[in-house]
Formats: sequence, C-alpha cells, structure tokens
Amino acid sequence: MRAIFEREVSSYYNGIQGYLCGAFILLFAGIYTMGFNLTDGLAAFESVMSYMDFILIIVIPILTMRIISEERRQKTDQLLYSLPMSMTKIVIGKYFAMLVVLILPLIVICAYPYILSMYGDVSLKTAYSAILAYFFLSAALASIGMFISSLTENQGISAGICFICMLVIYYGSTLANFIPASGIASLVAVASVILLVGLILNSLIKNIAISAGVTAVLELILGGAYLLSPSSFENLFPQIVSELSVFDRFYIFTTGIFDITSLVYFLSITGVFLFLTVQSLEKRRWN
Amino acid sequence: MIQVSHLSKKYGSRTALDDVSFDVESGHIYGLLGPNGAGKSTTMNIITGCLSSTDGKVLINGYDIFEEPEKAKKFVGYLPEQPPLYQDMTVTEYLTFVAKAKGAKKSAISSQVSQAIENTQISDVAGRLIKHLSKGYKQRVGIAQALIGNPEIIILDEPTVGLDPLQIIEIRDLIKQLGATHTVILSSHILSEVRAVCDHIMIISHGKLVASDTPENLESLLAGAVSVDMTVKATEEEVRTALSQIETISEITCSDAGDGTLSVSIRTGGTEDIRERVFFAFCDMRRPILQLTTARTSLEDVFLELTSHEPSGGDTAAFVETAGIASDGDAGASHTEDNAGGLNDGSLDEEVQSDESNI
Repeated sequence: MRAIFEREVSSYYNGIQGYLCGAFILLFAGIYTMGFNLTDGLAAFESVMSYMDFILIIVIPILTMRIISEERRQKTDQLLYSLPMSMTKIVIGKYFAMLVVLILPLIVICAYPYILSMYGDVSLKTAYSAILAYFFLSAALASIGMFISSLTENQGISAGICFICMLVIYYGSTLANFIPASGIASLVAVASVILLVGLILNSLIKNIAISAGVTAVLELILGGAYLLSPSSFENLFPQIVSELSVFDRFYIFTTGIFDITSLVYFLSITGVFLFLTVQSLEKRRWN
Repeated sequence: MIQVSHLSKKYGSRTALDDVSFDVESGHIYGLLGPNGAGKSTTMNIITGCLSSTDGKVLINGYDIFEEPEKAKKFVGYLPEQPPLYQDMTVTEYLTFVAKAKGAKKSAISSQVSQAIENTQISDVAGRLIKHLSKGYKQRVGIAQALIGNPEIIILDEPTVGLDPLQIIEIRDLIKQLGATHTVILSSHILSEVRAVCDHIMIISHGKLVASDTPENLESLLAGAVSVDMTVKATEEEVRTALSQIETISEITCSDAGDGTLSVSIRTGGTEDIRERVFFAFCDMRRPILQLTTARTSLEDVFLELTSHEPSGGDTAAFVETAGIASDGDAGASHTEDNAGGLNDGSLDEEVQSDESNI
C-alpha cells in the first residue's frame, strides 16, 4: 500500500497535475481572501471557503482523471493485479495519494485565518472547521472521481464524465427546486432517477435480466408507496436531493456550525465509492 | 509446483479455455505453444491471478491463486504480453517501486534491484526514463520486474515479440540462464523459439491442451508416419495400381504437375522405408520415377497437425500427454498409441497440404 501511495504522490508532483490542483485552490483562496477579508474587511474566513466550493468542479476531474484509467491504458494494471497485494490496499494507496494533493494547499490556507487574526477579531474555530469540512468534501468528491476513472481507460472521457457529475452534484439541489411541489411530479422524478440508475447498472454489469429486474422491483415499490400515501410524495424529490446534496452539507459549516453528522456523511460517501472502485477493478478480473 | 486442474474460461458465450489441466515441475523451462488466440495469454493471466477462471483450480506451491492470492503470488514473477511499465519513471525507480510493492524488506530492496538489473543487463540504462528506452530494453526491464523478489516461478508471455533478431537471441539466452535457477513458463507462437529454449512443450489449440511433452518425444510420437514424395511419369490409375501391392501405405495423394508427370505423396502407417519397393513396383510397370524423397514428421508437422483442427473436432482433445506431467492420471502408453494411430488415419492429408503451402 505504501509503495503505491509513494508512487502516486511522486507521479502527481513529477508531472503537472499535483501543482495544477494546488495552484488552482490557492489562486482562488487568494482572490477571495483579498476580496472579502482584506478589501471588504470581513472578519469571517469561512465565507471565503463557502465561495471555494465551485473550484472543486474543475479540480476533482483534473485530480482523478488518470488515477486508474491510465493504468488500464498503459496496461500497468496487469502489474497491480499480479502483485501480492489486495485490490483494496492498492485503491486505498492511490486514494491517500490524492488526499495528499488536496491537503497540501489546504495546509497553506490554514495560515490565512491565523495571519488575519493578528489584525482583527477572526473566529479561528469556525474558520478551521470550514477548512476541515472543505477537506472532507473534496475527499468525498475525489472518491467519486476515482470510481469514474476506474470505469474507462481514456483519461479524457474520465475527466469529462467526472466534470458532468460534479456539475450535477453542485447544481443538483438548485435544479431540484424547479420540480413542482406536487406529489405526482416527485413520483415522476424519482421514477426517472431509478430508471437512470438501472441504465447505469446495466452498463456496469452488462446483464439485462438483473438490471431490468432490480429497476422493475424498485419502480414497483415506488408505485406501491405512492398509492398508499400520495400526500407524502409532496415536495419529496427536492427534499431528498437537498438531504443528499454533498455541497449543502458543506454550507452548514460555512455558517459557523460544526455538524458532525455531515462529516460522517462525507466519510460514508468516501467509503461507498472506494468500495465501488475496488469492485469495479475486481470485476475486470472476471471479464 | 504449479497444479492447474480443469481450468475453463468463458468470455460471454466464447470459450477461451476449455478444461485445461497440467502440472509444472520445478527446474524446467516450459513452453506454451499455440497459434494466435489459442488461449496462451488467458492461461498465463489466470495462473498469475490477473484473470479469474470460469471453472477450475490453480495451485501454486499448494496455495490456491483465487483463495489465497497474496501468498500464491509471492512465488510468481510475471511479464505480461505488454510489459507493465510506468513511462514516467526511471528504470531504477520503477524496479524499486516493484520491490516495495512486492513487499521486500527495506534492507533487501536495493540488492534485489541491482541483482535484477545485473541479470537482465540493463545497467547502462538504469538511470533513464522508461519512455525513452528502445523496445528491447523495455522488454528487459519487464523481465527484470518479474525477477524482483527472486520468485521461484517466472512466467513470460511472448517475451520476444516485436524484437529484432539480435535482441531475440539475447532474450533467449537470458531465459536459458534464468532456467538454471528458476522454473520458467514462456508462451510463444513461434515454434523454433520454443524448441530452442524449452525442455517441455505444451501445445494449446482452440482453448484446449492438445499435447504436453518434451520436444523429442513429440517428434518421435509421429515418427511412425513416414511420407514419400515422388514425381513419376504415369497416370493416377497406374500409380494406384503400382502402389496397391505395398500394404503399409495408408494414403496416396496425386496431383498433375502439367508436363505429363504426376506429383505423388504417399503416407505409410509403419516405420519401414518403402522407397525400394516403390522403385521396383514402378520398374515392373516400366514407368519412370523422376524424383523420390522421403520425409519424417518434424515438430512443425506435429504443431500443424495438432492446431489445424476445428474446435468441434473432439479427437485432438483426448490427445494429451505422454510422460511426466500427466493431467488426469489416466495418461499412459496405451493412450499415446491410440492417439498416434488416430493421427495417422485421421486427416493427415490436411497437414500435408498446409505443409506444402508453407514450404
């Protein structure tokens, strides 16, 4: 695991990727600190972090695009498969390397509120909790990006799909608000999402019987639930999306609240997608 | 050392490997021979744990590659068809990474790396980026990678493919050297290569193991089949009449050469040299023989015979093994004879034709 980790870190910093991600985060952190804290004289550093979220839409695809897809393209995955090391360790080694690339610029950013506090009354606790939450948020998104990278051997495609996913996650809760509050609208929206999940499942396992079966069962349960209690479907979809939204969870921290359930939520997402990445790699052994 | 039993692999509806079984003993160089797409790489990928089988078992020193992969893989060094090299690393960096990833102790890493570099003679390029190396050197780095950790078994998938003739000779010499201290399994579709390097040949065709023996035994297996090629000035009917008195002849193929002569190919079932009798038979009929040559079956013939069958031809599937590394335990002398007979009265003309077209 350590060997994989070291190789990936050195690969990030032998090339441009590691520096690019760091520079991007630091550039925007600098601009917003300049604007909010220095020019406008705002004493809350967490508001800087609240505007930093959209940068992840660009940083995460750059960070994750080649992490696994490149192994497939160069056929070095054969080496990984033949190593006396479990796939879980390999995936975790790679994941930790990505975390290093994410955490290094954040360590630099940690100095900002401290420096600002020398010249004014800055709440360090809320500032650092916002930075911590930002790290957890980016770690969760990186695991999603890593999973996407494991699905293709073309890093361009991986980056593209990852970018679209990040956009959907970012704007998800805003878009969901456009869905009418009526029960039937939520029913249709949830049914469409189930259908989409079924299609993705089918493209992954390439077994139409299983994926169609799973989709049908889920749709039936949904239909049954709607028939039983149509009223509970009112405004359901926007609510679900908002509950699941990774970014909404992050905004809680930027308002000065330390919400431990949100951190657990970020960790759960990370766990699920690391698991899926391992499965995606293990599955390739079977094909 | 390696026990492969009843290995099968299906890609969807296509069967890549069909009930392949063999044992690998230590201290030999094994050659996995077969035409392109026969299942060589699939077999190797399964043995090294890169691919899972649909059915069957692979034991490496007693450890199941699917159930205890981490223990089993420690005994194996693998060079896949395309060397798995990180282009952005130098040779030394790459080999150090592999040593660490294979779990070498810190103190042993540098000695293992320098040993592998020395064995594969890549010390001149040790500090260069892998992407700048020539194909031959990349192949060597790939082999060096397989040697890291000093595994007992080295598996090389088509190690000489794409190399120039000089490099091929160098890599073959290297493999021979490795064979002195390791068990080596290499795959190839080039017969001369396997023959030059290996002391045991396994022929795979259409996903089935059709033969497994030493090169000498494989040749002697079909040595009974003597063939005589001749050119005579006679009609086909006259040829058949003349030859009808020689009872060991199993097959006669005639083709009109155009200038009033006939090219005749004769196959016999026995080992007896029939040239004299053929000569006198034509003498009696006063038909001149313009040319008369005899040929014994070579390893090429064995290879062509065993691999030219369509997958549906079940006969070849039964033809497994003569000595040493039995598969199902029922292999033996009678088995061999059966098959030798089967080969003779089987479609040998097919082989002759393909032989001719090759020559």
